Amino acid sequence: MNFVSKIFLVAALALLLGACASDTREVPPEPAPEPQPTEPSDPVDVDRVDPADFADSRNLDNPDSTLSQREIYFEFDRSDVRPEYVPIVRAHAAYLRANSSARMLLEGHADERGSREYNLGLGERRGNSVLDLMLAEGASSRQIEVVSYGEERPVCRQSSESCWERNRRVEIVYTAR
Amino acid sequence: MFLREKSYSNSAMTAIKSLLLLVICVLPLAVSAQLRIEIVDGVEGALPVAVVPFDFGTAELQPETPLHEVIADDLRRSGLFDPLPVGDMVDRPTRPPETRFGTWRLLKVDYVAMGRWIPGGDGMSGEIEYHLVAVHSGRTLFSRAIAAGPGAFRLRAHQIADDIYEELTGAPGAFASRMAYVQVLQPGTDDEQFELIVADSDGHNPQTIVRHRQPIMSPNWGPEGRRLAYVSFATGRSNVIIQDIFSGQREIIAEGRGINGAPAFSPDGRLLAMSLSRSGNSEIWVRTLETGRMEQLTNHWAIDTEPAWSRDGRHVFFTSDRAGRPQIYRVRRDGTNIERITHEGDYNSKASVDPHSGLLAMVHGGDANFRIAVLDRESERLRVLSPGRMDESPSFAPNGRMILYAAREGERGVLAAVSVDGSFRQRLVLSDGDVREPAWSPLIQ
Repeated sequence: MNFVSKIFLVAALALLLGACASDTREVPPEPAPEPQPTEPSDPVDVDRVDPADFADSRNLDNPDSTLSQREIYFEFDRSDVRPEYVPIVRAHAAYLRANSSARMLLEGHADERGSREYNLGLGERRGNSVLDLMLAEGASSRQIEVVSYGEERPVCRQSSESCWERNRRVEIVYTAR
Repeated sequence: MFLREKSYSNSAMTAIKSLLLLVICVLPLAVSAQLRIEIVDGVEGALPVAVVPFDFGTAELQPETPLHEVIADDLRRSGLFDPLPVGDMVDRPTRPPETRFGTWRLLKVDYVAMGRWIPGGDGMSGEIEYHLVAVHSGRTLFSRAIAAGPGAFRLRAHQIADDIYEELTGAPGAFASRMAYVQVLQPGTDDEQFELIVADSDGHNPQTIVRHRQPIMSPNWGPEGRRLAYVSFATGRSNVIIQDIFSGQREIIAEGRGINGAPAFSPDGRLLAMSLSRSGNSEIWVRTLETGRMEQLTNHWAIDTEPAWSRDGRHVFFTSDRAGRPQIYRVRRDGTNIERITHEGDYNSKASVDPHSGLLAMVHGGDANFRIAVLDRESERLRVLSPGRMDESPSFAPNGRMILYAAREGERGVLAAVSVDGSFRQRLVLSDGDVREPAWSPLIQ
């Protein structure tokens, strides 16, 4: 990919995704430098990063950017992505589009209710519906893998709705940035 | 071992290596904390019996636990018997002619079991001779003998208890069996570990078969009681494994894309049904273990999982949400004739087939209350057996009289067992720990 087409891609992305960001800019940002392997603990210099630039790997660790959000939550026994989580999926799809060597795991989870193997299926179905949305947004299926843990990896262990709703989730895990 | 390590102590590397070797060698034999069994709901009219201490005299070889204790505990746990405490016994016959029936009548005991050890020539083996007498008629119901040796006494005691159970109830016993279950150590912490454990049916002698930091799920016994199929996430993805519990030999049966889960041995042990999503969606598959041949039984956008074989091996029950919510369906072995089995309630899943009568046990409920229920398919009657609210993983005893299942108490998992008529229930509790997914083995021959 040459420099000009890179600028074009970034500009196109910014236009496409501008609507998702709260702070819409008229001028496309400077082309992002080549993604450097950054440690998650590196502080992000927020003054110099546009949080709406979903091509910039620094935004993965920038709390002001949608890219820092990695959890998508679901209703009981449902696997459709609720409207409020669509912008998160779009942001990560944009990141994958802009960074072809990036790879992610979509970890599907369920709450404890019902039987374990059925919940394994439910976790996968949730992962797949996030996957489908990512593909519709232009990410490549080579970049994404779905793995279901069913109810085996809860983040919260009480038997209450406030706990269950945190466990019904898909976690986006980058295996390569 | 200690001496040998000491002699190499000047070489740090060697010491570390032998320590590693020690850890690896010891792990497969690791002994886990034992389950304690508590009876929750008793049964009215339990049969009064007495199990007299077996006479081992001054034999060189003595059982690890007195046989009469193991036998009486088994009978009591079944809910059908009320064994007399040994302290209340007036005399201790070892053979029927020594029985003074009048004394037992006064103690209101209906049946007396007794026995003695007959040592063999080598001092390391011999026979247990045992008898059951009926107090009111004065008749001897049976007199039998069974060979025993070091390490086999508990199993022999369970088999004697099975004989007594069968003689007095008309149904085979299930004490000489094992259970497998998953234990989670330090749940929710960075040190969380999953263990697959096999223990005797009374919770005794728990052995860790596999231990891993990644989840272990869905243990299922081969019909010979030697192989366990289960799901391991050791690679970060779900794989189906078959492991020989005695040799430790393991084979990966299904791996690769998507879910590889829900293994279920066919009644003849030659086939393994599973739920696999390699086609992009979870479907029921059957693998012929000898040849590796794979057959896909279902093909539907729904979640199709939790296969369970009918007793004759001609059908597979499974859970599917093809009608919107999870219900039990049945498919012929060749993938044809899919029919819905459950209609009552909006959540029925994880069928378990009674190997004796063909009754179906399942997780039944909805919303925030899941209980164990049995379905009699002839009368179409669904009977709820457990109190809920998070009950799951039903597994029939090999004689079909009890169902083992998993329940939650607060943040931890416990095991429980309930009789198929719901009259009798017990808890199997670890002093500290989280246990789940019990699977009752076939009878040990």
